Amino acid sequence: MAQPKKPVEDVEDVAIRFAGDSGDGMQLTGTKFTESTALAGNDLSTFPDFPAEIRAPAGSLAGVSGFQIHFSSEDIRTPADEPDVLVALNPAALHANIADLRSGGMVILNSDAFTGKNLERAGYDEDPLPELEDRYRVVEIPLTALNREALKDLKLSTRDKDRCKNFFTLGLMFWLYNRPIDSTLRWLESKFRGDVLEANLRVFKAGLHFGETTELFPVSFTVPKAKIQPGTYRNITGNQALAWGIIAAGVQLGRPIFLGAYPITPASEILHELARYRHFGVKTFQAEDEIAAASATIGAAFAGQLAATTTSGPGLLLKQEAIGLAVMTELPLVVVDVQRAGPSTGMPTKTEQADLLTAVYGRNSDSPMPVLAPCTPGDCFTVMIEAFQLAVKYMTPVIVLSDGYLANSSEPWLIPDVDSLPRSEVRYHEDPKDFMPYRRDPDTLARPWAIPGTRGLEHRIGGLESEENTGTVSYVPENHERMVQLRAEKVARIAQDIPPIEVNGADRGELLVIGWGGTYGAISSAVNEAREDGRDVSSVHLRHLNPFPSDLGEVLARFRRILVPELNSGQLRHLLRAEYLVDAESLSKVQGQPFKVNEIRARIDRVLAAGS
Amino acid sequence: MAAATTTPLKTKDFVSDLDVRWCPGCGDYSILKNIQKVMPELGVPKENVVFVSGIGCSSRFPYYMDTFGFHTIHGRAPAFATGIRASRPDLSVWVVTGDGDGLSIGGNHLVHTIRRNLNMQILLFNNRVYGLTKGQYSPTSREGMRSKSSPQGSIDYPIDPIALALAAGATFVARTIDVDAPHLQETLHRAHAHQGTAFIEILQNCVVYNDNEWLELEDRKTRISSALSLEHGEPLVFGPKGDRKGIRIHDGVPSIISLRDGDDPVSHGVATHNESHRSASYAFALASLSRPEFPLPIGVIRAVEKPTYEAMLHAQVDDAIEARGPGDLKELLHSGDTWPLS
Ligand SMILES: Cc1ncc(C[n+]2csc(CCOP(=O)(O)OP(=O)(O)O)c2C)c(N)n1
Ligand code: SF4
Ligand SMILES: [Mg+2]
Repeated sequence: MAQPKKPVEDVEDVAIRFAGDSGDGMQLTGTKFTESTALAGNDLSTFPDFPAEIRAPAGSLAGVSGFQIHFSSEDIRTPADEPDVLVALNPAALHANIADLRSGGMVILNSDAFTGKNLERAGYDEDPLPELEDRYRVVEIPLTALNREALKDLKLSTRDKDRCKNFFTLGLMFWLYNRPIDSTLRWLESKFRGDVLEANLRVFKAGLHFGETTELFPVSFTVPKAKIQPGTYRNITGNQALAWGIIAAGVQLGRPIFLGAYPITPASEILHELARYRHFGVKTFQAEDEIAAASATIGAAFAGQLAATTTSGPGLLLKQEAIGLAVMTELPLVVVDVQRAGPSTGMPTKTEQADLLTAVYGRNSDSPMPVLAPCTPGDCFTVMIEAFQLAVKYMTPVIVLSDGYLANSSEPWLIPDVDSLPRSEVRYHEDPKDFMPYRRDPDTLARPWAIPGTRGLEHRIGGLESEENTGTVSYVPENHERMVQLRAEKVARIAQDIPPIEVNGADRGELLVIGWGGTYGAISSAVNEAREDGRDVSSVHLRHLNPFPSDLGEVLARFRRILVPELNSGQLRHLLRAEYLVDAESLSKVQGQPFKVNEIRARIDRVLAAGS
Repeated sequence: MAAATTTPLKTKDFVSDLDVRWCPGCGDYSILKNIQKVMPELGVPKENVVFVSGIGCSSRFPYYMDTFGFHTIHGRAPAFATGIRASRPDLSVWVVTGDGDGLSIGGNHLVHTIRRNLNMQILLFNNRVYGLTKGQYSPTSREGMRSKSSPQGSIDYPIDPIALALAAGATFVARTIDVDAPHLQETLHRAHAHQGTAFIEILQNCVVYNDNEWLELEDRKTRISSALSLEHGEPLVFGPKGDRKGIRIHDGVPSIISLRDGDDPVSHGVATHNESHRSASYAFALASLSRPEFPLPIGVIRAVEKPTYEAMLHAQVDDAIEARGPGDLKELLHSGDTWPLS
């Protein structure tokens, strides 16, 4: 990069939202900015927010695609409540996002796009800019014209030239925050060829240069490196981590992976990702529907594979009858639900945590199964290894509840040392002597995994109730009751493998905030801020939702008030009340958006004020 | 995996110790006996045999076979079998389904499993009724069938399993009859030898809810006129001596030709059966033959070869290993942009 001639100011923490039409390449721009920011050594958290329509009408509010990145020299856990900078490539992007911008924040906009027709499509009656200037620092840049100018002698159509303008924007933002450019240049060179490569390189550099020369920006900024745990880092999204966790489980447990799935937002990337790794022996099967996906997965588990099926809410419902069969036949597999806003099709690209009760209870009859939830994108990796270990150890299907927010957001991830990952041996039953398909391990109550191809173990399993030990079909009333109890007891015993709860903050006191899944960043940030301000509040984040950790009751009892923030209408609260008879309060949000730290913080303060 | 069985197996080795619970006289008994008879002849170690079924009277089948067995959920057996076979091509996988299980609730999976051509046998026991749920009309029931749920007669048009299988791109399609032991056994042998999905419709009598549905085909005396016995390379002729007839297929449309004793059927325009015809339209013409206008084709309707799903899946795994080496977790986690922080 050219030696910066303008002054550079240090800032601790910045959040930028890139917003434009869904055809403007905002996700790519955000991703490239993120990669470079990670290389710069900042802690970061991102939140892509895109429309469900692949191509909504150009310039419309429905077509606005956004990508927020929060980066800092301190430890951060959320994409930030309010961006400091909004980059808006058209009026719709401005309209859809301006309300979130911090007051006094900066708007960088493409002034060329603020024409009559675009304003109208974005729902503006008049030019919004004059009014904006009272509240924000507005930087108007004729991006379209500057971009075309930089490419004027290239033989590309105007349309193709205009498509490069996100790299002009990226270049400008790289200059403004002094991001390293090398990896982006390398990426451009590997991704594009010929005139398109030339065009993208040119406008990227033109963007950098524009920053340096324009009078619009008197200074640029830099965010010092964060003091984070030493090691080798990479960026990872929840879906990618989840897919890699499945691969890792195969390696660590030493058995082949089978994935049965049917495409659905926001879970499809897991299927895409795994399909790329056949050299790990991974067999992916794109089924005709979720019922077949789950069924084939259970078939593969019966045949001895480490089997997983991935989906989102509507798909989980289709799978539930088959999952019930896996509960009945006590076969190990992992079901992943990347939750999205519902009911029904709901808002497919938006996040929610409202499948908890479905996961715990949503099958016919008493059909208990373990439920786990990762809390950060990187944690999606770890949770999958644990899920497979539990599935195999206890011979049970396991549900993992991720969500749309975890799935698509990314964070710098400390790459784990492969040698330190949990490892366990998976044993198929082989001894035909006195073999009984439902004879249980006295500790775990697991039945043997006796796979086809093993001589002398020929046996039948199925959805009909089985006799204890022998597994033959049985309608004996007492036997059924006994088997119902055994299935429940087996899942309950998983609690013996759950480590004691770690309370964030004091281990007793006035208020405990308890959450689960993808809300971890927002909850822990809010609680830590409140504690710094002297509030008597602690938090617990649950990874195990069925069974609960065995010390959860005691922990709850040590606090006077319990607050449960969830992106649903109070499902965990419901379970806690039912299980522990505590008067837990709900902080519910169902807008398809993650919690803001402030929303939780405000509620903490209210609860504490009311209590005193 | 255990070594192959050494002593030759017998029929009784395939009989499980569970009491068979079909109604006395049910066609399923005959099918069970014939399958238990054929199994040892196939030379597959019984620990490598897996029977997979859905729900229905017919789907109780796996419980009675002393092999590995999986009685799954209604309609989904082909999908379970897909997971088994795709991950374990060393296993001999047999699906047992009914006309309700396979064509109603599970129609989707039947179509897609056949389309993928996994190497497995799918046996559809067609009794044209829901047996287990006590006698409602099924997707193969005749128009107007009176049943518990259609007291005034069914107003559903039936579906033909053979035509459906062909439409799904089946590489092996056959029809046989529960009580015709030699034909049933021969068909099972053929199906097992076929590399790909072998779909067999077995006409099965439900004595309780749809008795004598297939009587004219089960009865040896009437079968000669009501069935069209298919033999590869032989003309499509049927009927007793003195009333011989043949099937002509012109522009894909079949018609009946009467033959005199001594007539050469082929020179009179009777079609010659070719189960491996390149075009499926010949098989579709056969599938369109239905009672009472035409005799019902019995035998192998189509048998062609196509690579199987699992062979291609495992080849992709092998190719990937060949090209990239066996997967290395550390390498994966460190692939792409990484950066050290100290
Ligand atoms: C999800 C579900 N829906 C309905 C049923 C009830 N049910 C069981 S078997 C059956 C029909 C079976 O008919 P078919 O496949 O023809 O088998 P048959 O009994 O005639 O051999 C039905 C409707 C069920 N078991 N599961
Ligand atoms: S109801 Fe019909 S199909 Fe079912 S066992 Fe009885 S006779 Fe057989
Ligand atoms: Mg039936």
